[in-house]
Amino acid sequence: MSLTQDQVGQIAYLARLSLSDEQLESNTKDLNSILGLAEQLADIDTDDIEPMAHPLHMSQRLREDVVNEQDQSELFQTIAPKIGNKHYLVPTVIE
Amino acid sequence: MHKKTIVELAQGLKDREFSSVELTKYYLDRINKSDLNAFITVTDDLAMIQAQAADDKIAAGDSGILTGIPYAHKDIFCTKGVKTSAGSKMLDNFVSPYDATVSHKLNSEDLVMLGKANMDEFAMGSSNENSYYGEVKNPWNKTKIPGGSSGGSAASVAAGLSVFATGTDTGGSIRQPSSLCGITGLKPTYGRISRYGMIAYASSLDQAGPMTKTAQDSAIVLNAMAGFDEKDSTSAQVDVPDYTANLNNSIEGLTIGLPKEFFSEGLDDVVASSVMAAVKEFEKMGATVKEVSLPNSAYAIPTYYIVAPCECSSNLSRLDGVRYGYRCEDPKDLEDLYLRSRSEAFGDEVKRRIMIGAYALSAGYYDAYYLKAQKTRHLISDDFKKAFTEVDVIMGPVSPTTAFDLGSVKDPVSMYLADIYTLSANLAGLPGMSIPAGFAQNLPVGLQLIGDYWSESKLLNIAHQFQLQTDWHTKEPQEN
Repeated sequence: MSLTQDQVGQIAYLARLSLSDEQLESNTKDLNSILGLAEQLADIDTDDIEPMAHPLHMSQRLREDVVNEQDQSELFQTIAPKIGNKHYLVPTVIE
Repeated sequence: MHKKTIVELAQGLKDREFSSVELTKYYLDRINKSDLNAFITVTDDLAMIQAQAADDKIAAGDSGILTGIPYAHKDIFCTKGVKTSAGSKMLDNFVSPYDATVSHKLNSEDLVMLGKANMDEFAMGSSNENSYYGEVKNPWNKTKIPGGSSGGSAASVAAGLSVFATGTDTGGSIRQPSSLCGITGLKPTYGRISRYGMIAYASSLDQAGPMTKTAQDSAIVLNAMAGFDEKDSTSAQVDVPDYTANLNNSIEGLTIGLPKEFFSEGLDDVVASSVMAAVKEFEKMGATVKEVSLPNSAYAIPTYYIVAPCECSSNLSRLDGVRYGYRCEDPKDLEDLYLRSRSEAFGDEVKRRIMIGAYALSAGYYDAYYLKAQKTRHLISDDFKKAFTEVDVIMGPVSPTTAFDLGSVKDPVSMYLADIYTLSANLAGLPGMSIPAGFAQNLPVGLQLIGDYWSESKLLNIAHQFQLQTDWHTKEPQEN
């Protein structure tokens, strides 16, 4: 199975990337060859094999639900592209 | 001076042969004269302040082995008040408001940071040609790649622009550039070093480590970097031994496993013969060699190139032009802001991996790609488990070839194939090293060591014993 340029355009959009026509063409070729590589996996029998999500099979460590970080929002907002009234500003979403 | 190791420079500082300020000036001068493009940011002023502080500590008799030693920090580690770009236009304006745990730990050793080392964008690459800040040149031959993604770090240590460097290794990014530049690089067990503040690529694989001239230096730097960190939810609660303690143990009786799959087609003869000569050296030192099999290792490439892009597409979704990083000019609406900020700021390889991940995780394809790859990952890990019931350490090549020409590999899949020997250790979470083992075509060849979980001490011992018997690690590239 191989991806068409339309499908690659759709995947790009899902990942919030826009591609020029030229990029769409080259990415379709590249993505198909990478997925071709991935198709080798179909040769392996993985019935009854547990998926491995963590190399040490550790489970998520939990901590007490107490405040342990200071509010540093002012510091963090010094590097924001655009802020106003302590908010991150983006183009108007709702008129 | 730039040929000296951490151990030698620490002695010189202690004996007042030179000060950290003198040492730091010397290295900054070398960096400024270098044309390797190993650094994205040179932190001259900060380095001089840190060097003076280190000299004050030494004068007060309050110094450790790393006090006043100048190093290069991979530009993937957040450094408070210093630009942290991850090699990307996306973070070209990102001055980190906080320190990574690794940065914090190194600062508390009174080290001197010379600058932030160049790297493939978001650590995605095997040649350091994917940096927004331009390619890094191999100090042994400036028409060749240094390897990647920690290419700036490797070139810096090999060329004597810093005493050591930090690196990160998701699929070989410490070991492969170490091999291609002729230095000693260690990727510890997953979870050994905190990932907090280390810009994430593939979180179940990423691991930081030292890149040094010798195994002894690696042990010293690992002592400073390793340890549990409550700020990293995947940090391991495993005691940190003194990694220098076992360096001098005898390796007589060591059983070395050579995976037959690592010596099959695709491996350059010249690389194979350097690797085998190194193995012979171990036999002379009393080790025995045994063939082992890692039958699923051939599937490491497809497994990795599904798992890592999936994790990257998730991790890099945070880079949206809203809170920090690049934002496009005059976005007409929110969607335009997302689309153009990401499209204008990410490089081609990063976009490819994001798209592969987005596709492989999408409804209808998840089972065929991501779940399948996670299962294969289990099989790859089990192969190692079995091998380590028979042998103490696995050895083999790091990279199938020596450093290739800059610009010569244009097809992404061909580039991925070069990662064949390094990926499985990441997928299994095992520690691995590259140590200098010879030269072919006047370029360095590395020997890879892979150990069982938490065996860094053993690997460093094996590497140190090899470096007592050989002098490959002392070779230096010619200056201009």
